Amino acid sequence: MAEDEEKECFASGHRMCAGCGEGTAMRAILNEAGPDTIATVATGCLEVTTTAFPQTAWEIPLIHAAFENAASVASGIEVALKQMDKKGETNIISFAGDGGTFDIGFQALSGMFERKHNVTHICLDNEAYMNTGIQRCSSTPYGASTTTSPSGKVSIGEDRPKKPLARISGAHDIPYVATATIAYIDDLRKKVRKALDADGPALVHVFAPCPTGWRHGSDDSVELARLAVETGIFVLWEAEDGEICDINVTKKPKERKPVEEYLKKQRRFAHLTDQHIEKIQKEVDEKCEQYGF
Amino acid sequence: MSKVKITIGGVNKKAGSSKEYKTGTWRTMKPEVDIEKCIQCFKCFDYCPDGAVKKTEDAIEFDLDYCKGCGICERECPVDAIVLIEEEK
Amino acid sequence: MGEQKGMTIQGNMATALGAKLCNPDVVPAYPITPSTLFPEKISEYIADGELDAEMIRVESEHSAMSACIGASASGARTCTASASQGIALMHEMLFIAAGMRLPIVMAVGNRALSAPINIWADHQDSVSSRDSGWMQFYAEKNQEGLDLMILAFRIAEDERVLLPAMVGIDGFVLTHTVEGVQVPAEEDVQDFLPPYDPPHGKLDPENPMTFGSLGTPEYYQEMKYDQTEALENAPEIIDEIFDEFEERFGREYNRITPYKCEDADIILLTMGSMSGTARAAVDEMREEGKKVGLAKMTVFRPFPGDLLKDIAGDADGLAVIDRNISPGFGGAMFAESAGTFINESKSPLMKNFIVGLGGREIFKENFKEMYEKTKKAVEAGEVKKPVEWINMNEDVMR
Repeated sequence: MAEDEEKECFASGHRMCAGCGEGTAMRAILNEAGPDTIATVATGCLEVTTTAFPQTAWEIPLIHAAFENAASVASGIEVALKQMDKKGETNIISFAGDGGTFDIGFQALSGMFERKHNVTHICLDNEAYMNTGIQRCSSTPYGASTTTSPSGKVSIGEDRPKKPLARISGAHDIPYVATATIAYIDDLRKKVRKALDADGPALVHVFAPCPTGWRHGSDDSVELARLAVETGIFVLWEAEDGEICDINVTKKPKERKPVEEYLKKQRRFAHLTDQHIEKIQKEVDEKCEQYGF
Repeated sequence: MSKVKITIGGVNKKAGSSKEYKTGTWRTMKPEVDIEKCIQCFKCFDYCPDGAVKKTEDAIEFDLDYCKGCGICERECPVDAIVLIEEEK
Repeated sequence: MGEQKGMTIQGNMATALGAKLCNPDVVPAYPITPSTLFPEKISEYIADGELDAEMIRVESEHSAMSACIGASASGARTCTASASQGIALMHEMLFIAAGMRLPIVMAVGNRALSAPINIWADHQDSVSSRDSGWMQFYAEKNQEGLDLMILAFRIAEDERVLLPAMVGIDGFVLTHTVEGVQVPAEEDVQDFLPPYDPPHGKLDPENPMTFGSLGTPEYYQEMKYDQTEALENAPEIIDEIFDEFEERFGREYNRITPYKCEDADIILLTMGSMSGTARAAVDEMREEGKKVGLAKMTVFRPFPGDLLKDIAGDADGLAVIDRNISPGFGGAMFAESAGTFINESKSPLMKNFIVGLGGREIFKENFKEMYEKTKKAVEAGEVKKPVEWINMNEDVMR
């Protein structure tokens, strides 16, 4: 390894699907965080694919406890290190999927934020409970077909909008909130760095395409993440110092691509009619206006 | 994969031991790079979910022990230096 | 050895004081009746600079145990308190704490489980967690609550054990009732309890490890066996540490304490605060010439089958008195007592009595009734009704 090469904190040999967006995300995130990091992880794809005894892809200390409590386990670690005078510069990150953040993990997350622990929560969002077989989550976008919100003769699939997790997190007045995705690695890494450096709790919501669950080619993952941003479906922003009303959009496409380009590449949206797509486009247009582009 | 002895509390003391599992056996297509074309932008290195791209002095190379053949590197290379070909039997 | 200070305090105060003397680092806690005073006292100690710890005011009991797990895995001495619904809510985390071999100590204000909701004394909460892999200790009085907290830390953190432990004190009967206790000096407790340094690993960037791996079918069974073996090997270590405690602090503890059992025909098996009342009833019955004894169970997990066989093997009848119910069978102690004797050549006839649920009183008369009922069964040579509920209010039955 060359001198200027950073240490790979996320080892190869994990069992993620070929083309998994979380794999790309984890390498960027952990390498940015560096070896002086302790992580917790909720049950989910990330945990199951990286910790099958006796193999672990984690080159940093890790604890997996349960599904809903990555943030509360991390709270315990943070306080323990402080009490034992061992905190130093050690980063503490709680990792969870969208399930372990938006739904079952929401309470623990809110508690961690409210108590102002110096923990960064990173949500790897693939928009459904993927590990258990693509079931619907409050992160599942309108119109997506999942196994518990399938499209059918009388159903569009998911009929509720995506929960605005990052904004809700920001409403806790925490020092740093950001959204990021794997198509823009520098942006992701900068945001992870800011989150880790923030004095208090932080959230980075990472949009991570899933070839298996979204039903697209394994080679499409990065492209889809890019399209999500270029269409305005997923807006990359950050809010510092609790300024949730004064967010900084970090990637503003000069001309937004039509959402159809993004939706058509994924079979989870294959059932959508032109009307549905129009509705989605309208909602995205309204949202992007609010974000200023 | 060899069996190992269990530990107290199931604690896995061997960080990074996933490297024992050569996930390269998963793939059906494998990447090849034209190092003349490579501009060392390292997008392939950044985007590879499996860390199967290694930086070399002049270009990049693939760690075929772990490459699952997802094809992201081929898609994302800005100069089309990477191509996925059929894996020989 | 230093002097012990006499105080008159509630049970929750006793367990909080016991914890304080052990100098925990992290106390994640959520309030629930009747254990609430424990986190209140701990936060008072911290606020007044008497305890160098941080209390994490978590947003639920599930998060309390989760934070305990994170803290303990980081190498910190950790404890908490809960009861009833809180214990039920953190149920999955109890198994996880034990599976990861984390010596967390929890004071339980033993209280009934809903529905219907009830805040009074009953053992259902901790007894329902007996499969979790935790050690379980039950106090007869506030002194025991205090002492058992200290003992729990010492036993749990012993490198031959490394398992979490709960200490049960009956809701309101002990938690809120004032009794005289002798409080050991902090430096004597610190001497009895060496600092915690996890021998099996901890979360430390200097030496990274993964806790809570996926245990596939190739490994899970062996891991569970290993964990179970640690609990089953604990009795010897518990006895050893009980002996040391007695030497240092002058109070005797046993996994089961026999009282007038040597020549007893009928033995009453009890757990928790009811033991005090039972002892008074036994004394009265002895004065009437009845050959009755009391076996007070202090350690419920690991189940002290070895001692039960010694104490009750020669008795004619054993009244197993459960302050809990496993609907569809009987009380937990009954099932386990019966299981202990099933293959033995000598075993008493056993009757199960369900008492004191949801704070129902248990009077001396009730123990006498249980004695008579067991005696009758012994005389008839058969147990027509293996499970009987005591002190029922027939007036309100449908």
